[in-house]
Amino acid sequence: MLELALRHRFPGPGGFLLDADFASPTPGVTAVFGPSGCGKSTLLQAVAGLLRPDAGRVALDGEVLLDTAAGIAVPAEKRRCGVVFQDARLFPHLSVRTNLLYGLRRSPRGLPGPGLEEVVDLLGIAPLLPRRPAALSGGERQRVALGRALLSRPRLLLLDEPLAALDAPRRAEVLPYLARVRDRFRLPMLLVTHALDEVDRLADHLVLMEAGRVLAAGTVEALSARTDLPLLAGRRDAGVVLACAVLDHDAARGLTRLGFPGGELRVPLRDEPVGTALRVRVRARDVSVATEEPRGLSVQNALPAELEAIEPAAPHEAMLRLRVGGAVLLARVTGDAVARLGLRPGVKVWALVKSVAFAGTPNPPAAG
Amino acid sequence: MLTPEEWEAVRLSLAVALRSVLFGLPPAVLVAWLLARGRFPGRALLDALVHLPLVMPPVVVGWLLLVTFGLRGPVGGLLDGLFGIRLVFTTAGASLATAVMSFPLIVRAVRLSLDAVDPGLEAAARSLGAGPLDRFATVTLPLIAPGILSGAITGFAAGLGEFGAVITFASNIPGETQTLPLAIYSATQTPGGEAVAARLAAVSFTLAIAGLLLADLAGRRLSVLLGRPPR
Repeated sequence: MLELALRHRFPGPGGFLLDADFASPTPGVTAVFGPSGCGKSTLLQAVAGLLRPDAGRVALDGEVLLDTAAGIAVPAEKRRCGVVFQDARLFPHLSVRTNLLYGLRRSPRGLPGPGLEEVVDLLGIAPLLPRRPAALSGGERQRVALGRALLSRPRLLLLDEPLAALDAPRRAEVLPYLARVRDRFRLPMLLVTHALDEVDRLADHLVLMEAGRVLAAGTVEALSARTDLPLLAGRRDAGVVLACAVLDHDAARGLTRLGFPGGELRVPLRDEPVGTALRVRVRARDVSVATEEPRGLSVQNALPAELEAIEPAAPHEAMLRLRVGGAVLLARVTGDAVARLGLRPGVKVWALVKSVAFAGTPNPPAAG
Repeated sequence: MLTPEEWEAVRLSLAVALRSVLFGLPPAVLVAWLLARGRFPGRALLDALVHLPLVMPPVVVGWLLLVTFGLRGPVGGLLDGLFGIRLVFTTAGASLATAVMSFPLIVRAVRLSLDAVDPGLEAAARSLGAGPLDRFATVTLPLIAPGILSGAITGFAAGLGEFGAVITFASNIPGETQTLPLAIYSATQTPGGEAVAARLAAVSFTLAIAGLLLADLAGRRLSVLLGRPPR
């Protein structure tokens, strides 16, 4: 369990108050998500010990790293929090190899953890070892920074918008490595980001922040189904995240069947083996509803559902909460459609899912 | 080309300038670091104090040294009484006066390079388990090495030419404290000494130019070595 309670005031014009409090399960990846300037990076700095908050408490699995009330503040160099910064911060005067070994050489003796070779293999950075950071691309730098943090034998990995400084191709290059690191080492990770696809891809737990405060915290799946969080529900790519499993493949028709707690989805053929856990995001704008069982449709997925609630969204739009078995889907429809179809809570409808976005494979279920 | 006496003045100048840099450099790096990274009351005052020799008449600096480090001065008396060290009218005294005069030059050069070091790198080293001294030695110091080197060379080149503070504090004793500029001054005061003055001035000019070129070259070389594109 990572417990965190922080209060910090930045004085002066544009100053703001950070007042955040949450706890998230470990091991696992907790994403702190929010717009720029919401205080999420400050929060990460305070966990790392690089910023001393006015008041607060940080504890990891019962071990107290900071408790201003008790006068405890473990210095950053003793906290064993590996940090991957947005700008990599590789030491320019050292080779990639020496950069990688910097933390390892300073880590307490006798701690278990991966060796240089294992990390280098995992991150695919072997050819870079003799180079200087100036000769690396942005994506390569982030991979080396990730390796350097991993090798310092951290008890917690802190990722401060690790992909935000990269262009789209570089992001796509580095993201899978973050997932590999998550799957290989059962390290608690705190990911600060303002990119929802990183959350979908990597995080188990989500903490939503705005203007220095925590709006909501919970599993990614649970928060994605909430309509009262404009930070999520107001987005163009708003939609629920579903934990699915591959049921079977139909190569002849080019379809894969996915099972989720409320039913099944047919999606274009996937190459994951049967039984693989997959996480998908069903965007609200990709779901429409029908009051009768539709016929003669190109859409593959028509799921019987019960309309639970109608929430106003943008002007002349409504967000529908649809109960599908044990799961919830969101659908964004026009206000006119709501009136025309006579939609009201409790009616039976068919949810038509036009497409789903694949978010990647979720973390293998944590023990306990 | 040069007479033995003139060579002696050149040798003495080099020795004095070298010593002033050797002894001045460590405190200059420390002060530069305090000024660049420190947050303490009196920082502005320290900054002003360090820069005083740049703006005060060198004679005043020499006189202050005389008052402080003279045999009857508070520090000078103590040094003489306890260790038998006399600074006035000695080569060591000339080095001290030179060191004080070139101190702000070195501090400025080091501080400029410190300001160019991203504090984020030190924070990164911290998160990787490096304590304060470790961070300074393995991250900060290598990255400011070009600044330290160029500061040292500039300080050395400037030290070769220090006149006012040296003549006031250490006097103008041939073979002891008569450095190049003092020898040039003496020559101009001697009837028929124009040729000597011209020769020594030429030497002085050559040394200064060589020093400045060397500082630039060394800075570039080191920058490349440290993995940064030369400016």
